[in-house]
Amino acid sequence: MTDVKTPPAEPETAAEPQGKPLAWPLGLAGVVLVIAGSFLSWSYDGQILGDLSINFYPGGLQILAIILALIALVLLLAEKGPLTKLGAWLDVTAGLRALGLTLTLYMLLVLVAISADSDGLINVNPGGYISFAGAALILVSAWLLPLRQLRDMSEARLPAWFEILSIAVLMAAVLFVAAYALGLEDAWSFILCLVFIAAVAAVLFRTGALSWVGHVAQRNRKVLTLSAFLVAFLFPFTQGGSDANMSIATQVLVFAATAMGLNIVVGLAGLLDLGYIAFLGSGAYVAATMSTSAFATIGWKPPFLVVMLIGAGVAATLGLIIGTPTLRVSGDYLAIVTLGFGEIFRFSMFNLDGNNGPNLTNGPNGVPGIPDLEIGGFNFGDVHTVAGIELGRFSNYYFLLLILTAFVILVFSRLNNSRIGRGWVAIREDEKAAEAMGVSTFGLKLLAFAVGAFLAGLAGTIKAHQDGAVSPDQYIFLESAFLLAAIVLGGMGTIAGVLLGATILKLLPEKLRFFSEYRLLLFGLLLVLMMRFRPEGLVASRRRQLEFHEEDEALAVEVEEERLAVEEAK
Amino acid sequence: MSAMLEVRDLEVAYGKIVAVKKISFSVEQGQVVSLIGTNGAGKTTTLRTISGLLRPTSGEVLFQGERIDQVAAHDIVARGLAHSPEGRRIFPRLSVEENLLLGAFARKDPAGVRTDLDSAYDLFPILGERRKQPAGTFSGGEQQMLAMGRAMMSRPKLLMLDEPSMGLSPIMMKRIMSTVSELQSQGTTILLVEQNAQAALKRADFGYVLEVGKIVLSGTGRDLLVNDEVRKAYLGED
Ligand SMILES: Nc1ncnc2c1ncn2[C@@H]1O[C@H](COP(=O)(O)OP(=O)(O)OP(=O)(O)O)[C@@H](O)[C@H]1O
Ligand SMILES: [Mg+2]
Repeated sequence: MTDVKTPPAEPETAAEPQGKPLAWPLGLAGVVLVIAGSFLSWSYDGQILGDLSINFYPGGLQILAIILALIALVLLLAEKGPLTKLGAWLDVTAGLRALGLTLTLYMLLVLVAISADSDGLINVNPGGYISFAGAALILVSAWLLPLRQLRDMSEARLPAWFEILSIAVLMAAVLFVAAYALGLEDAWSFILCLVFIAAVAAVLFRTGALSWVGHVAQRNRKVLTLSAFLVAFLFPFTQGGSDANMSIATQVLVFAATAMGLNIVVGLAGLLDLGYIAFLGSGAYVAATMSTSAFATIGWKPPFLVVMLIGAGVAATLGLIIGTPTLRVSGDYLAIVTLGFGEIFRFSMFNLDGNNGPNLTNGPNGVPGIPDLEIGGFNFGDVHTVAGIELGRFSNYYFLLLILTAFVILVFSRLNNSRIGRGWVAIREDEKAAEAMGVSTFGLKLLAFAVGAFLAGLAGTIKAHQDGAVSPDQYIFLESAFLLAAIVLGGMGTIAGVLLGATILKLLPEKLRFFSEYRLLLFGLLLVLMMRFRPEGLVASRRRQLEFHEEDEALAVEVEEERLAVEEAK
Repeated sequence: MSAMLEVRDLEVAYGKIVAVKKISFSVEQGQVVSLIGTNGAGKTTTLRTISGLLRPTSGEVLFQGERIDQVAAHDIVARGLAHSPEGRRIFPRLSVEENLLLGAFARKDPAGVRTDLDSAYDLFPILGERRKQPAGTFSGGEQQMLAMGRAMMSRPKLLMLDEPSMGLSPIMMKRIMSTVSELQSQGTTILLVEQNAQAALKRADFGYVLEVGKIVLSGTGRDLLVNDEVRKAYLGED
């Protein structure tokens, strides 16, 4: 922390190191080259990568390159020129280095993609090489520029309207990029788009702008939450009546809602549950067997809202049955018992086919032909037209799942910011001491377990109708493992992180189907890299960060200040 | 009037090892009672059993006339019996204030908790000055203050302290012991477990000497201080 409370309006530029005199013009030249190259043809073949073959008419991937070049321009101007004021706050050089690196990688991948999709480098047109050279120039220039001393980002204050505007712009960008990325047909374009996203993220992170975004988000929590939901709500309207991406989006939402539920168990209460998918499964089976499908085994057909409650209730009861004996013993047992429970659930669903006991589940065949939901005359299978845009079957489920996700997030944050949440923190830190303080450790752990199961059960009932069928093989251990991976990848105990993790883990395999053989390998690699470089996850809750970086005292004080701010806001 | 805390024929075992063998003692309202004994005598075991973290194999524990030996630990705290455990057991990654708030976990009156937070800061000003600091960065003495402040946050009628002077400098020990007297004058009854017999007995209204699971001596603090056996065994005099 600096001892300066209100930073002076003008940065002290005089004392700054200047670096190599050539560096700055070199970077500028790089920017010009990338942009010029992008206006020229990159590829001889017009059939690939969404047509990059026309001069002076940049295709989508070329526009992405231009955007990155413009970001580099802003960074250069912040280094020296009209935007130096910005440079006093942002670590411009570090950002430029990250950008140079990712942009060069981007261009390199473009060249690889062109030669892979057609027949070799022969199909690359000069524009591609020019842009590539420009990217390399930016990279070199960034390494010649000096790194600088920075102000503390948490002291940066801009007018409230500007902060809210920034949130709006950011959200709009997220929506736009998500729609664009999902619309990409071929895998190479999608990968390049991911590199683009990574480049922007890297710049934001390295310059420290992301930490500013974090502080802004902290200050404008409600605005951020509302606009995030607004963006999610608007997403189906960007799809122009196509249901293909909506099908993926609904799967992402089911996965995300379930992961958020597990996040209560794992992230807040610190309990390792390896059979969580079984709770989703029990909800789904309840909904399936009570549906009007010809294969449904239960005669009683209550309205869906009742079915939802029954499904969630059954899941929560199972949670209590598993939890009561095991939560009294140490964590390792819980992992083993839940792992076993997940398998027992699957085998039970497999075997309750009438040959061994009652026929409840039709065994391996499961319950197919589950009809679409109908709530209050609104049929989820029909196409509805809103504001001139057709919303298909998956869009309908998407909206329902969005409400569910919002509910799960609400439950999560309510619990997290309550006395119960504090008790969970104490249990994670030192269970014995927590007990001596009067924290009912068993009760709180059981509560986490039951609430988590309840929420998964709720999601399961919707999933059954959305999938149209349930069968035992949907609820294998691998699914539980993926849910956990989403939490670890995104950031245990956080909302944004787990949503991000869930989206990444569900979306990538859908869009990168040709990788499917290596899917597990890639995820394993991803997790190993995460554990090495960012063990707290993509979005780290400040407290978790502290758990991995204990020596950082400034961070610790910051954590507490933020907590106090939140408390005051309440 | 019956005693605030009464222990009758308490026996506690870890598997086959009997750590506490049919001990009986009591703590009267408003008193400071010391329980002294060498390493492994069973002092910590006794406290852990009273606060519900361990279950006795036989015997009874009565708090304010009611049996608590089968009551859950969090209920016991809620009834007004606080336990500052051996080795302090503060939450190192949580801030001072969060530690204190956890001490008040069993309470459901946020306003009262706020006032008590201020009293804790009055009692130990250093806690107030560093309320945002993670407790793990504190020195041993500061951690002990935090542990005591935290235990007081449940507004206990009876406070049990397990070796509060462990590893402290003489000055810090004095500070802690004078706080014990201060708390007593404010109306808190205290059961003090110590190896430092001199310090503990000086302030105690009554004392018990525990040896390999049995109470071998008892008397007022002053009587024990001048007792030959105590002087030999615990004060290193001959
Ligand atoms: N968890 C345990 N499992 C088995 N034996 C234990 C356990 N805890 C304590 N003991 C044994 O019980 C006896 C009493 O231990 P206790 O911790 O109560 O002693 P103490 O009087 O508090 O000693 P100290 O002054 O060293 O803290 C010892 O012999 C000890 O080895
Ligand atoms: Mg002890």
